Amino acid sequence: MSDHQPPHRELPETSSTTGNKGITRRGFLKGAGITAAGTALLDGVQSLQQEAQAATPKGVMEYGAEAFPVTLNINGKEHALHVETRTTLAEALRIGLGMTGTKISCDRGACSSCTVWLDKLPVNSCMTLAVDAIGHRVTTIEGLSTDSEVHPVQAAFVRHDAMQCGFCTPGMVMSCAALIERNPHPTERDVRVAISGNLCRCGTYPKVFAATLDAAGQHATKA
Amino acid sequence: MNSFSLADCTTVEAALSQLKNGAVVKAGGVDLLDRMKNGTDTPNRLVNIRNIRELRGIQSTPDGVTIGALTTLAEIADDPTIRAQYTILSDACGHAATPHIRNMATIGGNVLQELQCWYFRSAEFQCIRKGKEQCFAFSGLNQYHAIMDYGGCPSVAPSSSAVALLALNATIELTSAAKGKRKVAIQNFYVQPDANPHRFNVKADEELLTAIHIPKPAPGTRSAYQKYGEKESHDWAIADAGILLEMDGDICRRAVVTMGAASPVVRRSKEAEAVLTGKPITRDTARAAGKASMTGAMPLSMNGYKVQLFPIAIYRTILLAAGQMERDPSAAG
Repeated sequence: MSDHQPPHRELPETSSTTGNKGITRRGFLKGAGITAAGTALLDGVQSLQQEAQAATPKGVMEYGAEAFPVTLNINGKEHALHVETRTTLAEALRIGLGMTGTKISCDRGACSSCTVWLDKLPVNSCMTLAVDAIGHRVTTIEGLSTDSEVHPVQAAFVRHDAMQCGFCTPGMVMSCAALIERNPHPTERDVRVAISGNLCRCGTYPKVFAATLDAAGQHATKA
Repeated sequence: MNSFSLADCTTVEAALSQLKNGAVVKAGGVDLLDRMKNGTDTPNRLVNIRNIRELRGIQSTPDGVTIGALTTLAEIADDPTIRAQYTILSDACGHAATPHIRNMATIGGNVLQELQCWYFRSAEFQCIRKGKEQCFAFSGLNQYHAIMDYGGCPSVAPSSSAVALLALNATIELTSAAKGKRKVAIQNFYVQPDANPHRFNVKADEELLTAIHIPKPAPGTRSAYQKYGEKESHDWAIADAGILLEMDGDICRRAVVTMGAASPVVRRSKEAEAVLTGKPITRDTARAAGKASMTGAMPLSMNGYKVQLFPIAIYRTILLAAGQMERDPSAAG
């Protein structure tokens, strides 16, 4: 969340989701995770971990620094994957599960392009560890529409052409849809506050306001 | 981020048992992950307290209110009791960072955030707060740095909520396995850089910040907080002001003026308070208090503008607290 950044340096990114032998976890899981053998492998590792649990004190769940299997509830379905403690929810979604609708831009909670819902609350998945999503319900842009219908906010974004390059759009839509879930009749001020963490480099904010108000059946007003 | 082991704890007792061998506490994780991604913090082990239910929630007591350390900024900002009786705190929590971060960030983590200084938060600069001799801000880029009380480190206090908690005379509850609970008044909680450049607060490594107690405000209390940044939303404060007025009819019986982003430790302006005490709140007294708040200001090479900005922030927030002015549309949040 550092908006104030020094002007003259770039740190090399350390990746927590690529292997060290040239095999990416994404590639590995895509190859192995969806087969029956892969699932059996996950189950085996999980029971090993449960045995290790017996030794830890009451009220403490122990996670080692190496990759371990978890099950995350995403868009109403249980997904098995491997993560490390340092894997963010955004990385788990994009790299671990191939759900690339959730974008990573700043990776510091400063732009909200990685917005997902954690139990209906919009949060930055780049600043949430994947282990903190265990036992919670994650909703991503992929889960907003049903098979037969797009979400009203998505439909309104299309009608109002509320995007330019589109990179911030999934995060914008998640923020605006969360607003309408908790406040079905928002004012333009409410929309402004709801997306006050979502950066749009192209500056398409006015169309986002109009689309969201339209989705809520409201007319654009200065409120 | 470096790799690390993690103890996910569900009780305070369990978490306290894990606070050893350099383990670092994680709650919402917003500030910690930021520092870990920057490479300035590389803990081998985290103690996750995010799932400790007993540390969550706001309880009214006969003496005031107790806020569990894991209560999120969004929960505090939306709480009806806090909004009505502790407006300065709901203002501060409701205007920190973004709605997304406020859903994740906890009050304990907000109070414990580390300093804002881009040299301190960069792994490439080893400064006096990291055990070296040099400060890069005095001769470097210091437009967001401190203007008062900085001694050898002109970083700024990052916590918006602390600006409110100082005005409200809050008490920080710290708990350890060996010594149980102890309470520290917020004015004694933060450490001035010259007193000890390597400590930001008095919390020991084996202690957990478990709760914040706020006494009930005196009858006739009105309060407000406003933050000014470069951007209209989601920005660090370049000046923020907390105002608490105990009114007796038209006369201000007691005033508290607190300032964030002015100094390494959130501060009260006794000079501004003295101007308001015993007088009616008017545009003239508010303006005079704002001006008095800059007594002793020593701006750096690039932040002289803050000496202009703070008096305006304080003037407008005094009038907001007194109900004589609307919330400033140019204030951030």
